[in-house]
Formats: sequence, C-alpha cells, structure tokens
Amino acid sequence: MTVRIFVPRDAAALALGAERVAKVLASEIEARGLDATIVRNGSRGLHWLEPMVEVETPEGRIAYGPVKSSDVAGLLDAGLIEGGNHALCLGKTEELPFLKRQTRLTFARCGIIDPLSLADYRAHDGLKGLERAVTLAPADIVAHVTESGLRGRGGAGFPTGIKWKTVLETPGVRKYIVCNADEGDSGTFADRMIMEGDPFVLIEGMAIAGIATGATKGFVYIRSEYPHAIATMTEAVEIAHKAGVLGTSVLGSAHAFDIEIRAGAGAYVCGEETALLNSLEGKRGIVRAKPPLPAHKGLFDCPTVINNVISLASVPIIMDKGPIYYKDFGMGRSRGTIPIQIAGNVRHRGLYEVAFGLTLGEIVDDIGDGTASGRPVKAVQVGGPLGAYFPRALFDTPFDYEAFAAKDGLIGHAGIVVFDDTADMLKQARFAMEFCAVESCGKCTPCRIGSTRGVEVADKIAKGIEPEKNRELLADLCNTMKFGSLCALGGFTPYPVMSAMNHFPDDFSPAPIVEAAE
Amino acid sequence: MNLHLSSRDIGIRTLDIVSERKSLEGPLLPILHEIQAEFGYVPQEALPIIARELNLSRAEVHGVVTFYHDYRDHPAGRHVLKLCRAEACQSMGGDQLAERVKTLLGIDFHQTTLDGAVTLEPVYCLGLCSAAPAAMLDGEVHGRLDADAVDGLVAEVRA
Repeated sequence: MTVRIFVPRDAAALALGAERVAKVLASEIEARGLDATIVRNGSRGLHWLEPMVEVETPEGRIAYGPVKSSDVAGLLDAGLIEGGNHALCLGKTEELPFLKRQTRLTFARCGIIDPLSLADYRAHDGLKGLERAVTLAPADIVAHVTESGLRGRGGAGFPTGIKWKTVLETPGVRKYIVCNADEGDSGTFADRMIMEGDPFVLIEGMAIAGIATGATKGFVYIRSEYPHAIATMTEAVEIAHKAGVLGTSVLGSAHAFDIEIRAGAGAYVCGEETALLNSLEGKRGIVRAKPPLPAHKGLFDCPTVINNVISLASVPIIMDKGPIYYKDFGMGRSRGTIPIQIAGNVRHRGLYEVAFGLTLGEIVDDIGDGTASGRPVKAVQVGGPLGAYFPRALFDTPFDYEAFAAKDGLIGHAGIVVFDDTADMLKQARFAMEFCAVESCGKCTPCRIGSTRGVEVADKIAKGIEPEKNRELLADLCNTMKFGSLCALGGFTPYPVMSAMNHFPDDFSPAPIVEAAE
Repeated sequence: MNLHLSSRDIGIRTLDIVSERKSLEGPLLPILHEIQAEFGYVPQEALPIIARELNLSRAEVHGVVTFYHDYRDHPAGRHVLKLCRAEACQSMGGDQLAERVKTLLGIDFHQTTLDGAVTLEPVYCLGLCSAAPAAMLDGEVHGRLDADAVDGLVAEVRA
C-alpha cells in the first residue's frame, strides 16, 4: 500500500523550508522507486519543530522535525517510510505532549487532512454541522449558537448568537455574511493556519451562518500579507462550489449561499469591522460611527453578520456535537476553547487550542517552556499591538475575557508575544504609539493626533526631558485616546502604553543626569 | 508585469481590467489590485478611467489609492523585500536585523536601491510570529532569520 508522507504547506512551515523538503523528498522517492506519496497538509501548530514531516504507519502517524532538505536522504536511509528511528524522530505525533494536552475542537482537522480534499474533510467529520443545519429552522440554528456561549474570537468577545439573531430578525431583501480575515495583530496566526490548513471548516461555518440569518452571499476579507491563505481559500471555495456545498442549493437544500474571496490592501485598521465593510465596498478603510450596527446596516447598508474566522470556524462543531458539548469547556462567561498563539521569544512557539481558564504563567512557563533566548521573561504582550504588557507578577491571571479585563488587559485574538529581559518597555510603548500613528484611519482626532503626540512625549521621556511631567502627560493623553477614540485602534493603544508604564516604571525613568563632582 | 508603457497602452489595458470587474460588488479594490499586478504600480493615467467607468469622482479614487499601503504610485525595484517590524519579530531581534539590511543595501525603508535591484518595505506582521524574525522576498516567506540568513537574502537580490 502506498505510504502517505505529510509535509506541511502552512506559511510558517514554508518560511522554514518546507517547500525544499517536499521537493527533495519527491525526487528521492522517485529515484529510490519507493511506494510513497506526499500530502501537503496544514500545520499541527508545533512551529519550533517545523518543517515537521509525518509518516502514516499502521501504529499511527510518526513525526520528524525540524527537517531540513539536507536531512531527507538520511531520513529515507533510516527507513522513514516505515516510521524508522532517526535523530529527528519525535515519536507518535498524537503522543507529543504539546498536542496531547490540547483540546482541539476548532482545529480538530488542521494538520491532519489534506486541506483541499473535500473527501478527506468529510472523512474527518466535516460537513456534519451543515448537514444538520439545513434540516433546522433558522431560529433553531441561532438558538444553538447562542446556547453554546460562543463569543467573538476577533477580540471583542461579543456573543455570536446575539449578533446572528439581530440579523435574522432584521428585514432585508439582501443580507451578507462577512468573514473578517484581516488578522493584523502581531502574535496572531490562528486565522491564517485554519484558512491554510482546513479551509472547508470556515466555508461550512459561513454557510451555516447564511442559512441561520437568511443571507445568501458571503465575503472573506483576507489581508494581502497572507497570499498563501488567499490562494488556499480561493481554491477551496471553487471546490466547494463544484461539489454543491455552495451555490444555489446548499447540500441539495432550498438554501442558496455563495462566497467570494477578497484581498485587503495593507491597512491594519481594516481589521476593525466597519472599516472592513467600507473597504469591501471599495472605499477608504475609514471607521464608521455606531449605531447603526452592521447587523442592521452593514455591507451596502444591508443587514450583515461580520465575524472573525475562528468564530465562524467554531460553528460547525457546535452544530454537529451540540451546544452543550461546546459549552462544557471553559470558565465563567468564556465558554468553549480558544486557540492560543504562543509567539515571540519563547521556546515552544505555535498554536495551542485549549479550554479557557489556563493561567498566563502556565501558558508561558509550562507550555511555552520559557524564552527561546534562555534569559528570564520580562513581559508578555497579550492580544496584539493593542494588548497590554503583563509582567511576571500577573502570571496568575486566568485566560478568560473578564479576568483579563479586570487586570486592564485584553485577550484579543489570543496571541501571546513573549519578551526577555533585554526588552525596553519605553521603546515598546513608543512603538505602540508609532504603530497607531502609521495605521490610524484619520477619522477621529484622539487617534490621529494623539498617537503622533504620544511618540513625541515618549521620546522626551527617553531623553530625560522633564520626565515626571511628561509621564503625567502621556497618561493624560492615553486617557483621552481611550475614551475619545471612535474605535479600538485609538481606544486600545493606551493598553500597551499604560501597562508598560505602570508595570515597568524603571524603563520610564531617564538615565540619571551626571552631575559634576563638588 | 509591463513596464515602459505609453499612456495610451495604460489606458487601453486599464479599461479592459475595469470592464472585466465592473460587475463585482464593490469592485474598486479588486480593480486596483489587478492594475498593480499588471503595471507594478497604479499609474496616474489609470485613475480618471477608473473614476469614469465606476461613476466615481477622481478624488474618491485618488483617496482610496493613497489610503492603502499596498498601492504604489511608481514602480518598485526588481525585487521587493518586506521585513516584519511588529512586536513578535522585535522580541527576536528584528530591529537589529532591519538595521543590518538597511546598512547592507544602503537604503532606508520605502526606498529602492539606485541600481533598481530592490525595494525595502516594512510590513506589520506576516503571521509568522512563531517563526520570528520573518521577511517576505517577492512573495516568498522566510522565517527564523539571523544575520547569515539576511545576508543570503541580500546577496540574492543583489545578484
């Protein structure tokens, strides 16, 4: 029987040389006349071991990594296709502690299947949620999602079911499902991974949303920095269309639903939902004032569901296994699982899906295994460029929307960036302001002007110019931005700035002025 | 990618691109993406044609083109090197690598080398935060960069 060898096509694996590995492997297989075929899967999420090559054996999949193209011949000599032993052998993939301890619901198939094989998708419980949804009344689907406790995974944590209910109940001849795949936050890559590793789950989730709300058209707005995700999603939509998963009759039902893939054009602010809608309409990505809510007047003024990739990709399993199954995971008002993205200066970098409730310390020290540099952890930024920096003293904070808010932070899209003790927190605070200045859409003054003034004030502090007065001014400026900005860009930029200043005051004290000895 | 076209050629090709996409819902960004893919930048000559065909004012089209970081108003170098400047890459020494690349190429961000070989651009996150520091060279991604690796990238674009 032909042996299947898996070499990821995920962009993180490609960035680490997976393409060369696949090429060398293919030519070696041919040269040696081996009965093996290469499957280009998504990533399992153990990115420090990428490119991670897996071989299917009767005992299960065996992993090898990180594999360089120069390792391929040696691996084959060691009997790779029978799962033979080698210095790079990691053992059975399923037994790897980083994977074994996860609860993979949304990412159940990611890294396991061929992302563009609908047959593979079906064989791994794919389309079961949609099959169930087409038999239900829209209000019942909405009730399922509401009951599951699913909250927007884009960062705001708004209950997905409530959003869908509003769109369902708003009359409109045309309604839209918009998937926000403008994943611009540094430290986040869950959306990218699912689009590259299991695109059909997103398509299925969007189709379910369409049936639940009466929308017949969906858009996936993917940032242009993700060319691989755009290519995979585009191909997957074509396949789904040909197979009758999308089109005038979804899975043979009376429901019509179609999806179009759109590319962004390099504006971070388009991750904000109303700016994204403007961008889709072909306008500048300027934030809209709310109300009206997108659920009432969204894309082209039609009722619109706008959800993050992970929110939509979590819906199929909720429809398949039922809301109670999903709801049973998690803590407090944060139900289900969250794909935590562990990044930056940390040894075990990658994606870790788990029920809400782990503490930040467990994630960084235990799962992440400390810094990559081997130096002490100084700070951890949670939730992207608009998220707070957490010091070690707050490592007991559980991963939960409310718990993070209580510590003046946010979970955001669940990206965690670890910094070692060489980080200069004043520099990080300045960068937050600089980033806001570069990316501000310009509509509201606190964000547009405040960010530039913020950079200047941070520079004055760094130069030791009236430090006390300028620290006060920076805090005052943050206060104005937080409460006076129209959207989260200006409104949340104060989180990294204030957390850096509050938790790391030493970095905000200028170098002592050398006085002449008396 | 077609460089050195006359205004007339640009006009004809622009009209084709617009006509093919006019019926899309919200066609402006897809049109601009295609124009940039065709010409390597968004030529000024294309703007009035787009405006006329989509029934927009020229100011509106100009506003959109200049709002988004992706659209260029002049052609880039033969290679485009994008270095990630966001936090995850900073935590792994991305700033030092950026300085090294700037010195090696003798240019700053948003500039092109005099020989037209390479344009250096900052990018705020490639979603390769678990493989930081990261870069993209002509659409190909590179991760876990160190001094040797960026020297290699620079040599590649200089070749």
